Amino acid sequence: MKQFSLLSRRVAALFLAPGAILVGLFILLPFFWVIFVSFTNRTLLGRTALNPEFVGLQNYVRLFDPATFFTRGQFGSSLIITTEFVLLSALVGQALLGLLLAWLMQAIRPGLKRFVEAMVIGAWILPEVVIGFAWFAFLDYDNGTLNMIMRGLGLPPGDFLLQQPFWVIVIFNTWRGAAFSMMLFNSAFASIPPSYFQAADVAGASSWQKFRDIALPLIRGHVVTDLILITMWTFNVFTPFLLTHGGPAYRTELLSIYNYRVAFRDFEFGKGAAVGVIIMLINLVLALIYLSIGRRKSKAEKEAAT
Amino acid sequence: MSGGAFLSRIGFSVLAALLGVLFALPLIWFIFAPFNARAEMGLALPDPWTLSNFATVFQNSFAVRALFNSLIQSVGGVILIGAAATLAAYALSRSTIPGKSAVTYVLLLFSSVVSGSAAMVPIFLIISAMGLIDTQLAVILVFAGGLLPTAMFILRDFIDGIPKSYEESAMVAGASPLQAFFDVALPVIRPGIVVIVVWAFVNIWGSFLIPFILLRSSEQMPASVAIYSFYSEAGTPIVTLLAAYALIYSLPVVLLYLFVSWRFGFRFFGGIKA
Amino acid sequence: MASVVFENVTKTFGSFTAVAGVDLSIGDGEFVCLLGPSGCGKTTSLRMIAGLETPTSGKIFIGDQDVTGLHPKDRQISMVFQDYALYPHMNLADNIAYPLKVRGESVEKRHGRAREVADVLKIGTLLNRLPSQISGGQQQRTSLARALVYPSRVYLFDEPLSNLDAKLRLEARGFLNHLQRDMGMTAVYVTHDQAEAMALATRIAVMDQGRIVQYAPPIEIYRRPATTFVANFVGNPPMNLVPVEAAHGDGQLLLSADGLALGGLPMSSGVATALQASKALTLGIRPEHLTVAAPGAANAISGKLFANENMGPESLVTIERADGSRVTARIFTDDHIELGADVTLGFSLEHVHLFDSTGARIPADGEMPL
Repeated sequence: MKQFSLLSRRVAALFLAPGAILVGLFILLPFFWVIFVSFTNRTLLGRTALNPEFVGLQNYVRLFDPATFFTRGQFGSSLIITTEFVLLSALVGQALLGLLLAWLMQAIRPGLKRFVEAMVIGAWILPEVVIGFAWFAFLDYDNGTLNMIMRGLGLPPGDFLLQQPFWVIVIFNTWRGAAFSMMLFNSAFASIPPSYFQAADVAGASSWQKFRDIALPLIRGHVVTDLILITMWTFNVFTPFLLTHGGPAYRTELLSIYNYRVAFRDFEFGKGAAVGVIIMLINLVLALIYLSIGRRKSKAEKEAAT
Repeated sequence: MSGGAFLSRIGFSVLAALLGVLFALPLIWFIFAPFNARAEMGLALPDPWTLSNFATVFQNSFAVRALFNSLIQSVGGVILIGAAATLAAYALSRSTIPGKSAVTYVLLLFSSVVSGSAAMVPIFLIISAMGLIDTQLAVILVFAGGLLPTAMFILRDFIDGIPKSYEESAMVAGASPLQAFFDVALPVIRPGIVVIVVWAFVNIWGSFLIPFILLRSSEQMPASVAIYSFYSEAGTPIVTLLAAYALIYSLPVVLLYLFVSWRFGFRFFGGIKA
Repeated sequence: MASVVFENVTKTFGSFTAVAGVDLSIGDGEFVCLLGPSGCGKTTSLRMIAGLETPTSGKIFIGDQDVTGLHPKDRQISMVFQDYALYPHMNLADNIAYPLKVRGESVEKRHGRAREVADVLKIGTLLNRLPSQISGGQQQRTSLARALVYPSRVYLFDEPLSNLDAKLRLEARGFLNHLQRDMGMTAVYVTHDQAEAMALATRIAVMDQGRIVQYAPPIEIYRRPATTFVANFVGNPPMNLVPVEAAHGDGQLLLSADGLALGGLPMSSGVATALQASKALTLGIRPEHLTVAAPGAANAISGKLFANENMGPESLVTIERADGSRVTARIFTDDHIELGADVTLGFSLEHVHLFDSTGARIPADGEMPL
């Protein structure tokens, strides 16, 4: 007996087909192809563009060559820069700033709240290219807004993109991405019944005590979600390229930018693919952690987080 | 209200205002410069305020063309994603295909793993193999594939939350499965589709890396890449043009943000930017 | 209109058996309520008539047609859903007329018919509203109108009144009762509310764990519950069930239990058969058949007052027996009784129900059909 269902399997298969083709072509196929290419010496131009040879682990050996691993502009150096970038701009910067902003939002007047939210969210939703230019102008040595303020305060101006490029992209990424954490924590705080805080008010708790003893323990799940998501995104972010192009002297060359340079500036697809495979491995670990937590979480919590 | 609470409230407001200003600082230039006929990298109040920079942009056929390309790529991608995600999410939610949840799980896993920065090489090679390098279709297809799993996941969640009795009542009343889908299910899930469509549009509209890799000729470039050609022969940016252009280019995103926050509240949309 | 027949129908979901070998015959023009606690299989049975579930085994007929594998759209039935399933994007007129739309009727014809039905249901003035703009009671009537707008062979109701408040529910129940008698529709109505089933049904099928425990007119369900389950499920408050020890004495049946004073009951062939299996029987008395009696009265059960709830026209007097079990009486009294005071509740022998050790009713000899 054919079982009744709202959608027969035949129609369901038909409905799934377009999505399956797109996902197959541009997600599954790249996944396997990048692994395959990483074992070849494929290049963009020249003999090996058409007839790449199988080179085994050679690309990986080159990436992990101890002699050059930590040299600036090499894989190891880029990996370290990326790790520091994720730690400082996402885990410390975005998460803490987002948490602080979300907590402040609970207490301030609606008008001020709208202004602060608009600015923070604006930093997040505007196209990355526009943001890149805005920051370029902001940091301009001669006339930039930042140096104008520095001079106004009697401080020496700086050419920050040259002197402190790494800290620039850390602060840039914190600024750019804090909105997500703020909104996630906002909805987390909103999910706490107001009576919890009212009970604490009656008991005479200070704002800090309410935050530490009531809010923070209750949103622990959201904090974990937030940390993993922003880690994944920050780890893969390409936007700092628009500010520094990875320079000067490779000092801001994140893995994504390194991968771009190897593949599309040096035209070494095989080596670039190997970098891609390592990025995917790290993504895989992060995604598995996230999904295993997400599966355990209640559905209500998931709605607030996704 | 006690004195301490009052003070702490003032403190909160001052701190919040300060943070708001810090977030605004890098954007202030971007608000003034487009209206300043002599805009430079420095912050200056336009005197007088003028729209001449915008006129210059619209006289620049290359610049207009790039905006148009952005629109083609975004709309094309959005149509593909909206249609494919709706159909697939509906099938995943309503059919009895075995292993539905496993499929969703694996999709989500793969889509997080295969990021643009990890897969730029194979994506370039696949598009080359398809002979689509330097075509807008390439950008449309890559984004459709890349954004689809997340869109599907969000929509499936949305459809799962809609009672099956809508379609069941339609079928009992005599509707075929397809009639029930188009007459009843589709209109009911439209708000969910709007959300993923807006989300996908903003993502494609603002994207840089994928078109940067896949497109070469200036006729195909979207605004995000074309904006880098607004440099003088000496290699310095033509700031007036750039600023006005950036503002025009940002406008759809801001409008969509306002639309979504008016229609749904931003929280829902907020969580799903990838 | 048409009859509905279940032939040994079983439905399993994985390892869970929702409906187990049900045989059921619903006559043309009958209003049958499927009554039972949640998870008893009543909704699954209804959905199998609608075609929204396919039986794992067995057959279902509507009229003479085997519909077991037929798609819902081809069954010519209508159904009212618990959540009404009104389409939020269509106004009431389009909602009501949707079944006509998919049947290819013209706009004028279907809106004309929708107006007719809506007028009968007193929602004719709301036809341009959206479902979100009308009250719960009006939504309920709209979903009813959608079911009535085209001629169906069978009308199916899945707890249609459970989302209404008590007052509206009574009103809607009365209306449904009138409608059914008026139209002579064949209806299958799922509910867990015994009062609703009693008020509406021509026959009630009481279900438990996927099986039909009793299928009979309401009066028979009430007067002769087939099992302790039915006895306990129908009636408000439910029947008091007291475990008793049975013995023979002078050709009479003697029952003993703590606090129970009972003269001999006539021995019957049913009792004799039951006693061969076990001497442990269950005595059942409905609360409305108990009265406050003098201490030491014959045919009475006594205990200490546990609660006395005054409901206005009547009181619920609950006593606690020595073993901690409770017996409730529905009586007309305004008397104040001290908590813990000794109370004796009397009854007459004609109201005594007996169940054997498996819980099945023991019929009296020569019982006439009701």
